[in-house]
Amino acid sequence: MFRKLVISTIAALSLSTGAGLAAGASGYVENYEFSFQGLFGRYDQDQLQRGLQVFTEVCSACHGLQYVAYRNLADENGLGYTPEQARAYAEQFEVYDPSIDDWRTATPNDRFPQSGFEGAPDLSLVAKARAGFHGPYGLGLNQLFNGIGGPEYIASLLTHYTGEEVEQYGAYFYENETYPGGLIAMAPPLWDGAVVFADGAPNDIESMAKDVATFLTWAAEPRMMERKQLGFTAIIMLGILAVMLYLTNKKLWAPIKSRVKAGEAK
Amino acid sequence: MSGIPHDHYEPKSNAEKWLHSRLPIMGLLYDTLMIPTPKNLNWMWIWGIVLVFCLVMQIVTGIILVMHYTPHVDLAFASVEHIMRNVNGGWAIRYIHQNGASLFFIAVYLHIFRGLYYGSYKAPREVTWIVGMLIYLLMMGTAFMGYVLPWGQMSFWGATVITGLFGAIPFVGEAIQTWLLGGPAVDNATLNRFLSLHYLLPFVILGLVIVHVWAFHTTGNNNPTGVDVRRASKKEAEADTLPFWPYFVIKDLFALAVVLVAFFAIVGFMPNYLGHPDNYIEANPLVTPAHIVPEWYFLPFYAILRAFDGEVWVVIAADFLTGGIVDAKFFGVLAMFGAIIVMALVPWLDTSSVRSGRYRPMFKPWFWVFVINFFVLMWAGAMPAEGIYPYIALIGSAYWFAYFLVILPLLGVLEKPTIPPSTIEEDFNAHYGNASVGTGPASAKIPAE
Repeated sequence: MFRKLVISTIAALSLSTGAGLAAGASGYVENYEFSFQGLFGRYDQDQLQRGLQVFTEVCSACHGLQYVAYRNLADENGLGYTPEQARAYAEQFEVYDPSIDDWRTATPNDRFPQSGFEGAPDLSLVAKARAGFHGPYGLGLNQLFNGIGGPEYIASLLTHYTGEEVEQYGAYFYENETYPGGLIAMAPPLWDGAVVFADGAPNDIESMAKDVATFLTWAAEPRMMERKQLGFTAIIMLGILAVMLYLTNKKLWAPIKSRVKAGEAK
Repeated sequence: MSGIPHDHYEPKSNAEKWLHSRLPIMGLLYDTLMIPTPKNLNWMWIWGIVLVFCLVMQIVTGIILVMHYTPHVDLAFASVEHIMRNVNGGWAIRYIHQNGASLFFIAVYLHIFRGLYYGSYKAPREVTWIVGMLIYLLMMGTAFMGYVLPWGQMSFWGATVITGLFGAIPFVGEAIQTWLLGGPAVDNATLNRFLSLHYLLPFVILGLVIVHVWAFHTTGNNNPTGVDVRRASKKEAEADTLPFWPYFVIKDLFALAVVLVAFFAIVGFMPNYLGHPDNYIEANPLVTPAHIVPEWYFLPFYAILRAFDGEVWVVIAADFLTGGIVDAKFFGVLAMFGAIIVMALVPWLDTSSVRSGRYRPMFKPWFWVFVINFFVLMWAGAMPAEGIYPYIALIGSAYWFAYFLVILPLLGVLEKPTIPPSTIEEDFNAHYGNASVGTGPASAKIPAE
């Protein structure tokens, strides 16, 4: 507990991330299009794999992904890795195993590491923990029509650095049009060509930002496609049930409602 | 069931007779299910069944969630993520439970507004109303504690703010707050007792629901005309009513299916819309969110709580008159609980001789302003307490109290109600036929609504 307090205190003093984010008075968020949006939206498997590559080569230097296991890379409706590919990915990493009190090669059942330092938030849930859209006037309509905006927030944050640097209290901050408050401690992580994709997909900043936003959305909501499936199944089944009950109800009440017209006493 | 005359259960087979003479449970079920129900009930009478369904759904999904949830400050958040990611179907159960709370409150508010419009609270149904208000209070407590369990930022800070309200009680406040939290601040003891109570209270609600149903099965349902079912003879009663099974069961199930289509559209396609993104950040006692908001169903009362700040003259007056005992904070707490208490007392505050709002021309506009005001308060509760919003909240709060304490008592005296139909049968036939055949008095010239 004490360790936690100290680390949290440092985090609170250095960044006050949570406070800024809860403020609601956020910056500019561009309403990017993503393949997983809308009723029929699905994750783009190739894009998820590219996003993982961006995460691995760039983000994971500081950020953790502690709720995602390596085996999840082989989950259905996700990146589409085979179990062998997921194992091969895991084996690039070392994890500390308390049962042997030593480091060992990661297995598919191990999870991605936690953040390297407390100032960098874990990214497992970041796509659900950030709201890109607000209002208007507290009515929630933007979120109703555009979604809550977590993925858009992530992509916008990565693409809307102005290039300005500010020194405050001995620390450097970077001006960002999306980040609430406008000054973020994270240096611009992406540059054109930062990651080279095997499939030759575009690797300009915006493309990479959208790829990694997609990957992080999957990381936060790996069951999205099953969830939409559940939605369709439930709506269709309940819709049929509703129609049948409507007809039953109509037939049941017909003699009651027409008894006067039929001249038939009960 | 006493009250409306109707056929009672008659055991037929020997097995039924054997059981009936030892435990008349079949008779109880039969009488409950076959209760004579006014046949003119409209679609606002479906919410009771939706509410029963919600309670059962929340209990079933909740019991499953507890099987995988860990009530510890270091593990609770991770265990919810474990449910969402690793437990088979856990994400569905959890999203249904989370959004089920919203469905529960949508239904309960419509149910309450139905009662307020049609005068369902008036004699002889005061006990039904009071029990209903108790259920509503317990629902709010249960929902509040349930929201704390995922141990996100809003969970933690919501718990801190709301339990802090008890600290505003003069003299004993701090002691009560410590007692509620199980310590000086929201911590592991708080989380554990909230889980314990969140598990217990739904069963208390279930018990009260049985009492609620028992009470209105004794008095009979109200109906859109507010006119009583005739009870002089079985024949007369049968002209006004139909048995609950199958007529209203099928009707209610149809409505329930439609409501669930909308519910699963939300669960399937926007399960986090009604939540707050901050609750996907693990609780951190050292980082305060800049804008702590409760769940949408608490917002009207949260607005009332915050409306009475130290600049409102009644608050200043109360502070002065009580020698500082009722300060602004305590006044806000009193106002919030008072808002529910005045609603619970409405059977004695409404002085009108006519039950249903349908026949009360002056009542109608005041009622609809009350409904709109409810949404305005909800909106004001979601906005930061700065600029114009506290004034909107204050006006809305004033109207809430004025509606119950001034408008309803006065309307009963000032208003000249129109004449309700003399029987339910007459009302029903006015909608579904021109002539009245049956046992009722033969006056059929009722203007359709």
